[in-house]
Amino acid sequence: MPYIPYTRQQQQIMLETIGLRSMDELFQDIPSPLRSPEFDVPRGKSEMQTVEHLRHLASLNSTGLKSFLGAGFYDHYIPAAVSALVNRSEFYTAYTPYQAEASQGSLQALFEYQSTMCRLMDMDYANASVYDGGTAIYEAMMMAVRQTKRRKIIISEDINPIYQSMLKCYTKNLHLELIVVAQKDGLPDLETLQGALDDSCAALVVQNPNFFGYILDYSDLFSAARDNGVVSIISVYPIMQSVLKTPGEMKADIAVAEGQSLGLPLSFGGPYLGIMTCIRKLIRQMPGRVVGRTQDVKGREGYVLTLQAREQHIRREKATSNICSNQSLCALQALAYVCLTGPDGMRSIAAKGMELARYAASRLCSIQGVEMLNQAFYGNELAIKLPMNAYDLLSRMIPQGFVPGFPLGRYYPGMEDCLLMAFTEKNSQQDIGMLTELMRGIIEG
Amino acid sequence: MKTIFAHTVEGRVSPHTCECGSQPEQMLPAELCRSGQPDLPRLSELDVVRHFTKLSRRNFGVDANFYPLGSCTMKYNPKFTEQVAALQGFTELHPLLPQLRGAGLYTQGALQVIYELEELLCAITGMDAYTLQPMAGAHGELTGAMLMAAYHSKKGNDKTQIIVPDSAHGTNPSSAAIAGFDVVTIKSRDGIIDPEALSKVVNDRTAGIMMTCPNTLGLFETHLSEIVEMIHSVDGLLYYDGANLNAILGKMLPGKAGFDVVHLNLHKTFAAPHGSGGPGSGPVGVNSKLEPFLPVSRVVRLEDGQFFLNYDYPDTIGYIAPFYGNFGVMLKAYAYILRLGREGLLRVSENAVLSANYLRKRLESHLHIPHNRICMHEFVASAVKQARKGVRAVDIAKALLDKGHYAPTVYFPLIVQECLMVEPTETESLETLDQFVDDLIDILSRVESDPESVKQAPRFTPVERLDEVLAARSMQLCG
Repeated sequence: MPYIPYTRQQQQIMLETIGLRSMDELFQDIPSPLRSPEFDVPRGKSEMQTVEHLRHLASLNSTGLKSFLGAGFYDHYIPAAVSALVNRSEFYTAYTPYQAEASQGSLQALFEYQSTMCRLMDMDYANASVYDGGTAIYEAMMMAVRQTKRRKIIISEDINPIYQSMLKCYTKNLHLELIVVAQKDGLPDLETLQGALDDSCAALVVQNPNFFGYILDYSDLFSAARDNGVVSIISVYPIMQSVLKTPGEMKADIAVAEGQSLGLPLSFGGPYLGIMTCIRKLIRQMPGRVVGRTQDVKGREGYVLTLQAREQHIRREKATSNICSNQSLCALQALAYVCLTGPDGMRSIAAKGMELARYAASRLCSIQGVEMLNQAFYGNELAIKLPMNAYDLLSRMIPQGFVPGFPLGRYYPGMEDCLLMAFTEKNSQQDIGMLTELMRGIIEG
Repeated sequence: MKTIFAHTVEGRVSPHTCECGSQPEQMLPAELCRSGQPDLPRLSELDVVRHFTKLSRRNFGVDANFYPLGSCTMKYNPKFTEQVAALQGFTELHPLLPQLRGAGLYTQGALQVIYELEELLCAITGMDAYTLQPMAGAHGELTGAMLMAAYHSKKGNDKTQIIVPDSAHGTNPSSAAIAGFDVVTIKSRDGIIDPEALSKVVNDRTAGIMMTCPNTLGLFETHLSEIVEMIHSVDGLLYYDGANLNAILGKMLPGKAGFDVVHLNLHKTFAAPHGSGGPGSGPVGVNSKLEPFLPVSRVVRLEDGQFFLNYDYPDTIGYIAPFYGNFGVMLKAYAYILRLGREGLLRVSENAVLSANYLRKRLESHLHIPHNRICMHEFVASAVKQARKGVRAVDIAKALLDKGHYAPTVYFPLIVQECLMVEPTETESLETLDQFVDDLIDILSRVESDPESVKQAPRFTPVERLDEVLAARSMQLCG
């Protein structure tokens, strides 16, 4: 009986204490027609057999590919100290800190996480995380809807299309009007976005760098939004935030992010981290957990979950959101990562990706027919145009050990010849050189 | 304890930097760059390691403390699952890889995990199909409610209401509301759903019912078959909140009992640690009626044994998660299920229910137990007697912290006054259960002899009683 400590004799004592004769009587409330003998699960394995099986499955996944795949999810180096700290069982085997005095470690860490995210984004408040970057945008939209009591949302088409799909799914039954303003050659159509803002709009959603890797200043657009009483929401890439003009400097109302790049492994899609920050005025609309600083009876500093009156366990169907779990451990992981890299380290990691992207741009554009999608400023991710279908290029390069990037045609019809390539400190000039020559061979024949 | 920011020393260089030939400002115009560097900690690696190690010592976790937190199923998390989830072949895998033509071959192991875990969950709950995408239990509830909406909309049913008993989890009504439904609450009788009360609210508008079974009082809904019939008779759907599945694992298959939608909490029943509040994983299972509406992508197995992602489901509700869910959490649950197997899983529910009833019985003469009969994996006690002496449930909870136990869930469910909801799970030894009883009895006897001492608890935790009102008023949420 793995992990069950009772001896037969102890079970007997316990049954006698309860006043029962058999284990079966414990389930007397389940009517017998519902008591199912079917339970078609294989016999248990030993720990060794289970680990061997999982090792085998892990080995079926190739991690030896040279990859330039990003599209919002980035392969950064994770310092060993990050996992050493997060793997302390006092953190990972704890539950939601309902009893603050016995959970000061988690609570203080979350307070520090909130503080760190506010500093990175230049915003007033943060929550203690939501599920991922996509749900963060959705929750931000809903904050705007509650705040403005309006139902129209303007979305720039160059925000991550994976998140656009999620937003459509989440709002299907909510009578919200999502207006997607088309991108042009990978850039947001600022004029049309501005033109769409009026006093029936709840929110405007943009991304920086955008999905195509381009960096923009949305200050003017946010100012126009403010004039119309529209809540400005910006989704960012946290590593680049150490370099780029901040959501606070642009005067955004809500800044959100996918926190995966801050020390979380790609791990086939999760768990990730939804970062949410906002200006002072919107804090009561903020969903999820929030940790606040307070004092104990002796005047010592301590931390508790606060503003809980908005939450599902008190307000039930009137709650701000239905969020119950968050991504605490991932938030802790991101905090540890930020502390270990510091502002200079994070800036150098961002700069390295940008430098490699520029190097790649110069090399790749030497291939006949390859050019930049446009001449706008970009960060560590770049979009190029190919003289062939990007999917076809991929299927010829992958068997040779290279994943050159993400084919934009998957989400943007008409862009079948475009490729989105990401660069982090884990790539090298040498790899980019090999990639270029392989690509040249395929394209130039 | 000082915050991490207080350790910063100007000029100290953090350990993890990259060598880079150029400055960002050389690559971007100034107007696109931030005006100064973010004010983040500048620390040595040892500074960071010491700080977090000290923080960890200010936490209770299952590895060090009994955690009888009702409805949370805080059982022991076997260590080997951490090891398998950390295998490089899983952690370094980019989620977009299988979506590129020809690259699915490089993710066969991960896709197999998803496929087989879905199959195992089908077997465990009697459902026909699963999605592993929901990233937490409440996220699963929302997904389930959205599936119910999609079913009715496809059939052209004009159904706007979801019934939620007052003994259901607090997230149920909010999930239903967020999926666009009106919530109709019904009162329980004797701790369970009263079919008569239910029949008064079931009508053509009823889209379905969200049930927690066993409910938050730890009681099995004994009128289940009657309820199933009543809801199905108006083409309503039954939603099973599987957060309490630990109680019935292998004893009852919700799918066979008539439920149409089920969510599970992999981090509870299947022992993936919950990381101080997340990440979780909340897969949703459905019967064949609802299968066409499941989120995409779905992992399918081809005849040649290969796994691939299929998006071709015209009635799908769409994308609940960016990819396939919290894969790292799924891996732990998958490994746990394989390790326990059929017999192991059956013993989980038996021993979880045994330990809950044992605690209930040992405590019944000391605390008021409103529904004092055979319970499932948890039970609810009430400190109403103690409250008359001025000692409330929260005081008893805090006093337990001083004894080295985490506290039961307090003030939930909302339908019991001064409640303490206790869930011991199957992995705690009899010695631990007895120690808990002794410690609780000691606290309760002090309620009689020296109530003030209980109200002053906790005294031996890193901080003493914290002022929650001050926190809400002063709103210091970052520093």
